[in-house]
Amino acid sequence: MNAFLASNAELIITIVKIALLLFIVLTVNAYLTWFERKVVAHMQSRWGPHRVGPHGLLQPLADGVKFLFKEDPTPAGVDKFVYYLAPLLALALALTSISIIPFGPSPIRLFGHDIYLGIAPPDLNIGILALFAITALGVYGVALAGWSSNSKYPLLGGLRSSAQMISYELSLTMSVVGVLLIAGSFNLTDIINAQAKHPERGILGWNIFPQILGFICFFIAAVAETNRVPFDLPEAESELVAGFHTEYASFKFAMFFIAEYTSMITVSSLCAIMFFGGWLSPFPASWTVTHYLPSALLIPAGLWIIWDGIRYETIFGKIILPGVGTVLTIAGIALLMPNLLFVNEFIQAPFWLLSKIFVFLFVYVWMRGTLPRFRYDQLMAFGWKLLLPLSIANVIVTSFVILKWGAQ
Amino acid sequence: MTPQLLIFFVLAALAVLGAVSLIVQKHPIHSALSLIVVMVALAGLYLLMGAEFVAAVQIIVYGGAIMVLFVFVIMLLNAGIEEHTSLSKFAGPPGLLLVVALAGFLAATIARSTGTVQAAAQTGTMSSTKGISNMLFRDFVYPFELTSFLILVAIMGATVLAQREKS
Repeated sequence: MNAFLASNAELIITIVKIALLLFIVLTVNAYLTWFERKVVAHMQSRWGPHRVGPHGLLQPLADGVKFLFKEDPTPAGVDKFVYYLAPLLALALALTSISIIPFGPSPIRLFGHDIYLGIAPPDLNIGILALFAITALGVYGVALAGWSSNSKYPLLGGLRSSAQMISYELSLTMSVVGVLLIAGSFNLTDIINAQAKHPERGILGWNIFPQILGFICFFIAAVAETNRVPFDLPEAESELVAGFHTEYASFKFAMFFIAEYTSMITVSSLCAIMFFGGWLSPFPASWTVTHYLPSALLIPAGLWIIWDGIRYETIFGKIILPGVGTVLTIAGIALLMPNLLFVNEFIQAPFWLLSKIFVFLFVYVWMRGTLPRFRYDQLMAFGWKLLLPLSIANVIVTSFVILKWGAQ
Repeated sequence: MTPQLLIFFVLAALAVLGAVSLIVQKHPIHSALSLIVVMVALAGLYLLMGAEFVAAVQIIVYGGAIMVLFVFVIMLLNAGIEEHTSLSKFAGPPGLLLVVALAGFLAATIARSTGTVQAAAQTGTMSSTKGISNMLFRDFVYPFELTSFLILVAIMGATVLAQREKS
């Protein structure tokens, strides 16, 4: 048994990592729906989900159970094989793409093995290309779902989505070329390290400042690739019922839903890694006092949740919320302990990366709450006539600057 | 059997099955899907040989862009199941001859090749991104630019032909 474990250690570690990341991503997805409904509701002066559990926190669980137990009819005349393949493909590709993202620079030393945060090895030379390859295949999930449903609204949605994704993939790829030129590598870890060349500059050393144009193009194209507002034409409910997933019910619909939210997470991580320094702290390296920021956030948050829980109406909320608050407060205090300082050091990188990802997820929700949908011709004109020339101009200017002054 | 060899056989079988299925399938979309399987399996084979960049580009360009256009056009035209008409009488015998000739040629090449056939990673300058870019933009820059020019001419030609019908 021990010999087997020793000889297959890498394999076992990877499988455990995949299972763990899958669990985390699916949980985050579930609570992202809660977060989105809550934030959009408050933007529109509503309450959002608040019946199931304290502050509606068990709503994702209820939704999940509902998805699982709903009747799952297959419409007449569908192409059975493709109809079942499409949601699987969408979900599988979305989940695969997140395995490329590295979540921290330093490995955990456990059982004599260096365990890196993230599934792909940190020396994966084609990191960003692999991500684009998976995104490129992601179109099929939507397009095939639309085609195989044997219904006119899904077909229109599928057509729109293929046209939109072909158009915006060009700008998406071109807009990161500037970053790749600065870093001189496709490797995501190298791209982050290239932004840490001047640790005393902190936030000013990130790619966002020389590459602001690239970032704008990248973010817009990425929102279009994930089919989110204001680019959600494939599922425009006022025109196409529900677009490509009209004929899908129950868990097959949930699979499209999870795929969409997972790609939101991937795109947010990419924005953070490519343009906002990934796991780097925005403060200059000499400001070591910022290492107490996780504690400074955790302790007040925990205390606030305890206070909020005690005031809560239901018995369940009175028990659960203070419990969660106590755990957070204790975690925050524990990070201040002198003999746990190495833990504090270790979580700095994931803390910053996750905070940045969270900010971008909030921007996604924010846009959903505020922006109207594009018209189809506006979408095409915007992609081809504005975004693509801008991103190409960005590549040319960046190349000349690097040729003249070198990549800092 | 090493894991590499196992993966090689799985991918090779997928590629061949996809190619056969591409011909046999009656519906255009199913044929296009089979072609995607072939493309992705080929990308896997490149990855196995250590050519990461070529593998990624294979999926982005062939698996992504080109096949999406195929699927898009099939969906746009709403092409149905094809009727199999009787095969051309002239195409049969020469086709069979070609198949035999190609199989014989491949067999002869494989039989003649010295050394064992291996699917292990070959790390070299050829397969890395840097090696490829050096080759394209330094050693073969004129053929490369000429090819780009040819493609540009083809795009402009297509645009002109499509525009002419309107007026």
